[in-house]
Amino acid sequence: MVKSLTEAERQIALAISVAVAFCGLVLAAAGTQDTIEVHGWLILIFGAICAVVVIRDLWEPEPPKSRLESYYDDPIKAGIIASMAWAVVAMFVGVWVAALLAFPDLTFDSAWASFGRLRPVHTSGVIFGFGGNALIATSFHVVQRTSRARLPDQLSPWFVLVGYNLFCILAASGYLLGVTQSKEYAEAEWYADIWLVIVWVTYFVLYIRTLARRKEPHIYVANWYFMAFILVVAILHIINNLAVPVSLGHAKSYTIWSGVQDAMVQWWYGHNAVAFFLTAGFLGMLYYYLPIRAQRPIFSYRLSILSFWGITFFYMWAGSHHLHYTALPHWVQTLGMTFSVMLLVPSWASAGNALLTLNGAWHCVRDDATLRFMMVAAVFYGISTFEGSFLAIRPVNSLSHYTDWTVGHVHAGALGWVALITFGSFYTLVPSLWKREKMYSSALVEWHFWLALAGTLVYIFAMWNSGIIQGLMWRTYTEEGTLAYSFLDSLRAMYPYYIARTFGGLLFLIGAVIGSYNMWRTIRASPSSAAIEGDVPLNVTTAVVRG
Amino acid sequence: MAELFHRKLERSTIGFVLAIVAAASVGGLVEIAPLFTIDETVEKAPDMRLYTPLELAGRNIYVREGCYACHSQMIRTLQDEVERYGPYSLAVESKYDHPMLWGSKRTGPDLARIGGKYSDFWHVAHLTNPREVVPDSNMPAYSWLARTALRVDDLPLHLKALRAAGVPYTDAMIENASIDAYDQATPESSTSSGVADRYGKETQVRVFDDVATEVTEMDALVAYLQVLGRLTDAPYKNTAAPQKPPGPVK
Ligand code: HEC
Ligand code: HEM
Repeated sequence: MVKSLTEAERQIALAISVAVAFCGLVLAAAGTQDTIEVHGWLILIFGAICAVVVIRDLWEPEPPKSRLESYYDDPIKAGIIASMAWAVVAMFVGVWVAALLAFPDLTFDSAWASFGRLRPVHTSGVIFGFGGNALIATSFHVVQRTSRARLPDQLSPWFVLVGYNLFCILAASGYLLGVTQSKEYAEAEWYADIWLVIVWVTYFVLYIRTLARRKEPHIYVANWYFMAFILVVAILHIINNLAVPVSLGHAKSYTIWSGVQDAMVQWWYGHNAVAFFLTAGFLGMLYYYLPIRAQRPIFSYRLSILSFWGITFFYMWAGSHHLHYTALPHWVQTLGMTFSVMLLVPSWASAGNALLTLNGAWHCVRDDATLRFMMVAAVFYGISTFEGSFLAIRPVNSLSHYTDWTVGHVHAGALGWVALITFGSFYTLVPSLWKREKMYSSALVEWHFWLALAGTLVYIFAMWNSGIIQGLMWRTYTEEGTLAYSFLDSLRAMYPYYIARTFGGLLFLIGAVIGSYNMWRTIRASPSSAAIEGDVPLNVTTAVVRG
Repeated sequence: MAELFHRKLERSTIGFVLAIVAAASVGGLVEIAPLFTIDETVEKAPDMRLYTPLELAGRNIYVREGCYACHSQMIRTLQDEVERYGPYSLAVESKYDHPMLWGSKRTGPDLARIGGKYSDFWHVAHLTNPREVVPDSNMPAYSWLARTALRVDDLPLHLKALRAAGVPYTDAMIENASIDAYDQATPESSTSSGVADRYGKETQVRVFDDVATEVTEMDALVAYLQVLGRLTDAPYKNTAAPQKPPGPVK
């Protein structure tokens, strides 16, 4: 990887690594009585390892000029591998967390393994580790191909990818140590948050620079979504994480928001993390890999425009549906509900657009598990956005809120949509990136597909049942007008479903492991001789050569 | 026409970026900014107390252990909730909460009004091993809390940070934070009246974890649990029913 950097880039990379290591040292020195010390050393070691990696190849010859005639795919490959590694780890933690709710003593009496600490490791691990790496990798791929331009330099994509993974490691290890802000999906503490801002700004600049080099007059739809994802996540992240650290030597900080305002800011963030991280970015994938795989153009350009702007505008109003019947003023709840219901229009426009694109290619869906991954993902996207709009209606929410129904809804989206579209995209991408004819084993892709689908269905049916039972038990009255069930009664009723959910999750995890194995074997196989026709940037030179 | 306009927009990266920022900003601005300016958003409660340093330390343990992942602290304005948990939560009750801990999932019951519901002894036994007290519970055991000494030396820094974020801690409170934390859990110490002077006579000063020789994380967490819902009387006086009227509380 370092060999593909120019000499100047290697020097900057070395300087950055040393600077990161130094920051780690400062934190470790300042925080000798606090958990931040552990993170200080971790950052120091991370920076040192990067420095060593760079130094090893520092004096190698410059990469040839001819590199500019091909796309820069190395960081994409690394991103896919990182994403699958996070997937396996974080889904394993998911299964563990699920098991803890049925068998609470699986903690070995240690603090780090208790439910409250492991749960954010799971959520951040899947969302940021698995999802985030997948988004970074595919966005680098899509932006180059649709712009017919190579990334502008070799260093910044690596900085984004490696720096981002440092953030993920800090976040996940922090929760185990008890370092958390407690804000859902934004649990990481101030120093990790500041680091993410630096990484993210670099990501944005890199994306814009690549688009500026494009040889196509128009920006392709997939890039609209990736841009919205990058931009809005930056805004959300910065505003939600504004905080006062206790000191340089403390991991702990206090958010500047409090009470009802904090709740609103948090769910404005939280819901739009779903919207712009788990939806917009992955729609970017859908809009590129689905048509490629099906070899059909997107069904409707107009629908794309409608759904893109609908999603970008409406979603930002929807966060308050997480706060129905709370101390949040009624008018804000009503706005949140209204926009959540309206969101169904652009959401279904997207899902419909994807499915209609498959018209004429249904036989491929039948035969090709990779395309089936994407097709089913679009269906789950449709289902979970419908469910989301439904759950946002105030009276419905009075039943579903605080129950497992929400968790079931989240996973209909997370497993059925986010994970499936990612796997579909990876199965399309891996053979083409590593220049293999096809995946190592299409039977294993088939296996992965059915395991993932079965796991998802078991999971969400279990949670629908448990959530609705729980919600109903809490509000059931006896004829004398007293509450019919104690909280414990409702808890006892949950156990069978918690076990079922663990089983569903296990199926899904096994699928992911099989997928990783299959990708690994594909990468290790010998390359096919035939290069993919036309998979090069449109440079002045190549254009001349091709005449 | 609209399509033509969009065709143009697609040709400009900067134009597209600005359009996204514009479209995405409206919702947040309209819904969040007024929460700071409209007075009725947070009720007035002159009797609202601040967390003592010990309670604050307990709250931080609550955050650290992720209790919020299973427990809400927000009783909604629904009759069954009011009957199960007590008067519905008011915004003013979490006015000094940085961050709020309203929660989103009730694997366990709501804790907004848990203060005073059980004895300290019950809490200690329950936290040490919930299944000793409630056999069917799936709450994790937190046995190490009683074995871990509470760090108090840096509490002034915590109060200072909170003051920077808007909580009205006085200089005296900040200065005495470490001693106050110690005193609140060790009533025999000579200075223990200081906590009550600074934080109000309602402050609960006692040995929370049954061991008077040391201030542990268990002391802090139980002190926090016992003050939940008891920082102000406002919810009990509140008669305005913004939505569904809550039923009579028995
Ligand atoms: C895995 C989810 C889970 C986590 C994490 C959890 N609890 Fe619980 N908690 C429960 C359940 C379930 C109950 C009801 C059964 C029982 O009383 O043990 C409960 C009950 C309670 C009760 C009694 C409530 C009542 O009204 O009877 C208190 C107090 C409590 N928990 C405090 C805590 C604290 C403090 C923490 C963090 C240190 C915590 N819990 C973490 C699940 C959890
Ligand atoms: C192996 C598969 C998985 C299993 C077994 C699993 C299990 C769990 C469990 C047990 C919880 C906690 C629920 C609770 O508190 O009651 C949870 C929460 C969550 N998981 Fe997963 N999960 C899996 C995959 C995923 C994936 C792939 C994603 C996202 C891409 C995801 C995103 C989330 C989110 C966002 C939450 C928080 C939900 C909420 O707060 O309502 N999960 N998961």
